[in-house]
Amino acid sequence: MNAPLPSESLAAGLPLAPHPPVSEPVIRIEGLSKTFSDAAGPVLDDVSLQIARGDIYGVIGRSGAGKSTLVRCINRLERPSGGRVVVSGHETSRLEGRALRTARRDIGMIFQHFNLLSSRTVAGNVALPLEVARVPKAERGPRIAALLELVGLADKAQAYPSELSGGQKQRVGIARALATAPSVLLCDEATSALDPETTQQILALLRDINRRLGLTVVLVTHEMEVVRDIASHVAVLERGRLVEEGATFDVLAFPKSPVARSFLAGIVAHELPPEIQATLSPEPQADSDPVIRIVFTGAAANEPIVADLVGRFGLRPNILHGRIDQVAGRPLGVLTLVAGDGGDGRLAAALAHLARLGLHAEVIGHALRPALARRHGGPR
Amino acid sequence: MPFDLLSPAVTAALVESLKQTAFMVSVAAVLSTLLGLPLGILLVVTAPGHIAERPAVNRVVGTVVNLVRSTPFIIMMVAIIPFTRLVVGTTVGTAAAIVPLTLAITPLFARLAETAMREVDRGVIEAAEAIGASPWEIVVKVLVPEALPGIVAGVTVALVSLIGYSTMAGTVGGGGLGDLGVRYGYQRFMPEVMVAVVVVLVVLVQAVQIVGDAVARAVNHRIARRRRGGV
Ligand SMILES: Nc1ncnc2c1ncn2[C@@H]1O[C@H](COP(=O)(O)OP(=O)(O)OP(=O)(O)O)[C@@H](O)[C@H]1O
Ligand SMILES: [Mg+2]
Repeated sequence: MNAPLPSESLAAGLPLAPHPPVSEPVIRIEGLSKTFSDAAGPVLDDVSLQIARGDIYGVIGRSGAGKSTLVRCINRLERPSGGRVVVSGHETSRLEGRALRTARRDIGMIFQHFNLLSSRTVAGNVALPLEVARVPKAERGPRIAALLELVGLADKAQAYPSELSGGQKQRVGIARALATAPSVLLCDEATSALDPETTQQILALLRDINRRLGLTVVLVTHEMEVVRDIASHVAVLERGRLVEEGATFDVLAFPKSPVARSFLAGIVAHELPPEIQATLSPEPQADSDPVIRIVFTGAAANEPIVADLVGRFGLRPNILHGRIDQVAGRPLGVLTLVAGDGGDGRLAAALAHLARLGLHAEVIGHALRPALARRHGGPR
Repeated sequence: MPFDLLSPAVTAALVESLKQTAFMVSVAAVLSTLLGLPLGILLVVTAPGHIAERPAVNRVVGTVVNLVRSTPFIIMMVAIIPFTRLVVGTTVGTAAAIVPLTLAITPLFARLAETAMREVDRGVIEAAEAIGASPWEIVVKVLVPEALPGIVAGVTVALVSLIGYSTMAGTVGGGGLGDLGVRYGYQRFMPEVMVAVVVVLVVLVQAVQIVGDAVARAVNHRIARRRRGGV
């Protein structure tokens, strides 16, 4: 840990100088496992991942998947049963006592229920980590002021947490977590107790801090929108196992595991609505048409591809389902359509054309015409 | 107070007894707070799952506390006479009464303080751990301040109990209001003295409770207070 805290930079007003770019990941987790009771089985099972400095790293998964346990193993609020956790070169999974407490100053954490001291004012809450880090009293005042300025609460320094809204409380939590200028910020469901608008404000603040301070943010959430909006990388946990991991856009655009695919259904239209899905068969039938899923990424999202399918290939596409989102600042769309090809290879040519445009198109099944006709209210 | 119904001699005795009670109670209150708070902290932090989990210590301390609490005060006063002599050099008088009073109230206050500190949200303690606070810092900066309203309420309860117990101090020649009531009111058959003693005790207990509640409210920031002046 940087024992003498870079207090001048905070005192002289934020932003801090960004942490120097280092290729070594700031968090390295190797073969991490955690078992609370043998009867219940492992809560984390051989999880390995690396988080690069300056990343916003999302961890998603269903309730009980082990997300909280995973982040709590990073700052050793939870003791791993096996494996290694290395943060900024310190193996927190092996530290104890004073060494662990010193290492924790480099890892800030914010919580779903804020966990502020009701007995202290806003300024007092932010002072706590400074007191613990033995920052001289004279230095604390300016740093607290700078931190409250950063989170937009300069005028609330003397208020008690009970006098604040949820969003304001979380801002205090963020200021407190940043007080010792950590290189990592752990967020466990930090926006889950907030309304959508406040959530957006807190996410904007986290993104701002990430950019200005070069802080690495680990974001645990069950809200996919949060990951879509700010995470650059994402890990998907399912029953304690890491089922998918990578750049957010790639994971969202091309989820490999069924778990991730269904988990993403709320924000990316990878799966058809069940009533349409039920009408698909994997093999062509006498009276069926192929169903094509097209994933639009990046610039190709703006191509007039449906017009092309009609004009250039003479197909008569019928859109079943579709949606376009912004993911990590790039458009990501998924469109599912039925296109009868008349058996003359028109479809194959169209698919090749789409591939040339950089779109990912695949036949995901075959729909019976009567079923589709019913859905569209009459014979075509 | 019906002082004019009482002879000047009785009034003087009443004032003297009130002073003795006040002395016994306040010294015993300070001592049992100073002894009981650490004991309460020990009971909280050594409990399973807490910041300094020590199940054996927790069980031993808890058992001792329960043993002392279940001993009737009147028996304890007599039983610990040798110990009292060791501490204050005498076994009779107001100072001698302070020893059993302190011994009796300390475990009560320890339990009250324990209960108050056990209520402190686990998440707040974890936030302090995540910051790198040591167990000692968590006790001093989190547990005690966060539980302060409950601890103050515990002090109030302890004070009221002390006032009650102190009326038995006559047994070891400690004097005080209870002793006066028994000696004049019962043994010399002066019921007006008995009534006066009871009235003074009631007023005393009420005053303690009102002040205690006010202090507990003043240190409680858990609920937003309506701002004064309607701003
Ligand atoms: N202290 C504990 N003792 C025993 N079991 C625990 C403990 N903490 C968590 N678990 C179990 O571990 C599993 C994973 O819990 P965890 O809190 O990590 O899940 P999560 O993914 O964060 O879920 P959520 O989205 O509901 O917060 C759950 O089955 C939970 O019951
Ligand atoms: Mg959780």
